[in-house]
Amino acid sequence: MRVLHFWASHRAELGALLLQHVFLVAVSTLVAVAVGVPLGIFAARRPRAGAPIVWLVNAAQTIPSLAMFGFLLPLPLIGGLGARVAITVLIVYALLPIVRTTIAGIRSIDPALVEAGTALGMTPRQLLRQVQLPLALPSIVAGIRVAAVIGVGTATIAAAVGAGGLGEYIFRGLSMVDPTVILAGAIPSAVLALTLDGGLTLAERAVRGRLSGGVQRFRWRAAAVAIVLMTAATWAVVASTRSGTVVKVGSKNFTEQILLGELLAQTLEARGIRVERRLNLGGTFICDRAIRSGDIDVYVEYTGTAYTAIFKQPVDTDATRVLDAVRRLYADAGLTVLDPLGFENTFAILVRGADAKALGLKTIQDAAAQSSGWQAGFGYEFLQRADGYPGLAKTYGLRFRAPPRAMDLSLIYRALADRQVDIIAGDATSGLIDAYGHVMLEDNLKYFPPYDAVAVARSTTLLAHPNVRDALTGLSGRVTVSDMRLMNRAVDSERRDPADVVRAFLARATP
Amino acid sequence: MPEIAFRGVRLKRGETHVLRGLDLAVESGETLALVGRSGAGKSTILKLINRLLEPDEGAVVVGGRPATDWDPFDLRRRIGYVLQDVGLFPHLTVRDNIAVVPRLLGWDEARITARIDELLGLVGLPSADFASRRPDQLSGGQRQRVGVARALAADPPILLMDEPFGALDPVTRSELHYEFRRIQAAVRKTIVIVTHDMAEALSLASRIGVLADGVLVALDPPARIAASTDSQVRALLAPLVEASAALKGEGQA
Repeated sequence: MRVLHFWASHRAELGALLLQHVFLVAVSTLVAVAVGVPLGIFAARRPRAGAPIVWLVNAAQTIPSLAMFGFLLPLPLIGGLGARVAITVLIVYALLPIVRTTIAGIRSIDPALVEAGTALGMTPRQLLRQVQLPLALPSIVAGIRVAAVIGVGTATIAAAVGAGGLGEYIFRGLSMVDPTVILAGAIPSAVLALTLDGGLTLAERAVRGRLSGGVQRFRWRAAAVAIVLMTAATWAVVASTRSGTVVKVGSKNFTEQILLGELLAQTLEARGIRVERRLNLGGTFICDRAIRSGDIDVYVEYTGTAYTAIFKQPVDTDATRVLDAVRRLYADAGLTVLDPLGFENTFAILVRGADAKALGLKTIQDAAAQSSGWQAGFGYEFLQRADGYPGLAKTYGLRFRAPPRAMDLSLIYRALADRQVDIIAGDATSGLIDAYGHVMLEDNLKYFPPYDAVAVARSTTLLAHPNVRDALTGLSGRVTVSDMRLMNRAVDSERRDPADVVRAFLARATP
Repeated sequence: MPEIAFRGVRLKRGETHVLRGLDLAVESGETLALVGRSGAGKSTILKLINRLLEPDEGAVVVGGRPATDWDPFDLRRRIGYVLQDVGLFPHLTVRDNIAVVPRLLGWDEARITARIDELLGLVGLPSADFASRRPDQLSGGQRQRVGVARALAADPPILLMDEPFGALDPVTRSELHYEFRRIQAAVRKTIVIVTHDMAEALSLASRIGVLADGVLVALDPPARIAASTDSQVRALLAPLVEASAALKGEGQA
């Protein structure tokens, strides 16, 4: 039921995401057919020369999709955020079934028929068009069906690189730990896959059933209709992303970042500026790459994160010095750091409330004295970053029973509550801290640098659009730590929609 | 001038000699049957005529020109070819199967339609009933008739037939033998037919060539083949002699 309400209140967005999803699958499948069928024909007729093609296509299929996105992101032309890289990945995955079934279709033709065609005086090209392709068609259509169905599934991952599609809901739901939102994306994607499967099965049967010429003509008409529909979908999506000046707002993939992305977006929209949301991007490094390449115009970063993780500076605990340094470093890259929003999101080292009371834990130093039998759970980023786990362990002499478990940030608070781990690194502003009754340990040795939230924007965008700069400047000092915790909690525990929460906050806060 | 001539043709497949110096002339309008056991090189001879194979040595001459001077596609379009397992295209109707070569030659559709009606009449399958059927809606004998119609479609001067009636039951086969003689009387093509069945050869051909191990051991009209004393020819005739002896024996009882 909650899913139905969610769909009802997100009708327009759902429609747009569905359209994007269809667009991704349609374009990638069409290109894969255009490339894969000729490749398959070539490989079928010249097995020796074709063997490397089959090998390559097979090998590409074994690369995990997320890893492939990672490889392609930094490449010129096909790289960068958005539909391009997603379509490239989808094409690669669609190639295997199409190439394979084309080869199988052509090779399974009775050699006597090929000999008959040759003996009647067909040239190799005529033989291909009049005998081999028509007879291989059912097999090829079966391959296209498999490719399209796989494509619907793989396209959900495209949301991680800002290509949109129904994966948006799935990732949003994962970071909000809200099954309703996950289902809101997963159900339409499953329905889409089943619909495509059913439709293409019918097409396959129509091709297989050797009916009279009338049906053949109908088949071409159906193909023409399909092409027109796909072209229309393509045009609609392209048109909706191209028209007018659009400010692209990004965010990382956790609740607070999505809320801050919404905050920027709604503040801009309130001034009549068109906004494209590219929220929920993979993490700090993807956001940084995106803003440098112009795939997004603005997102909220934390000064300490920028200083140590992006610019690889040694840890510094002075807030003003860090902000000034970060401003200068960003300026060199053509990026502007606006004044802090007003709250700080430092790393919070958390333990269960019961443990804190029983063992008398107040500071991280207290924990270090007793942690040798504990299991730690940290996010992927925290494990890697210079201002993350390695430095923390050194500063406090932390030792655990086993190496820390790498966990998804969205699951980490619950994992602590469920006793899967005994100590975690979370966000100081997380609404889940109070919800689960966790206790934050004091950083008494001042290991963590300051993490003031600041909007980072492309300088060219601000120069070209003064109203964007005005809108963003208006946010300085407007969000307190308690505001942020309340909003995080509204989403994470009360399951409210981030856009609604931000709308309510802005309505309350506007003088 | 012979329609088809082989001059000292040799062909090896790997280490085995398929043909060891074949000399053969097929006169215009005659029906030559090539008889021999499986692997004697019969089908190879047909494929050398329409250049599905090329000789290692010697020359094949078709219509007065060496086969190698012909464009292979032009050559094949003026040679009708009927295969052992017919080779009708399963995705095409009877009409479209017969129309393959005329379309390759660029005939206009009206001419093609008229020709299809004429040919289906010739092979005894009324166009109204059969033209729109698919090969899987025909009996074996009917498919064979369509195969013959397809081979004759562009009115080629030469017709090559590779075991055309091999897969049929004996009754249908003898029916088609009768049809074959009737059609040959009507169209007067130069026909080379390959068979392992001496009875079929005796009943259809104006001359019979007997092949053994890549060598032509006899080349004579049917009456002289039937009377031959050559051991390899006698071996092929043996089943017929036995059958007729059995028939006579039954008649006396």
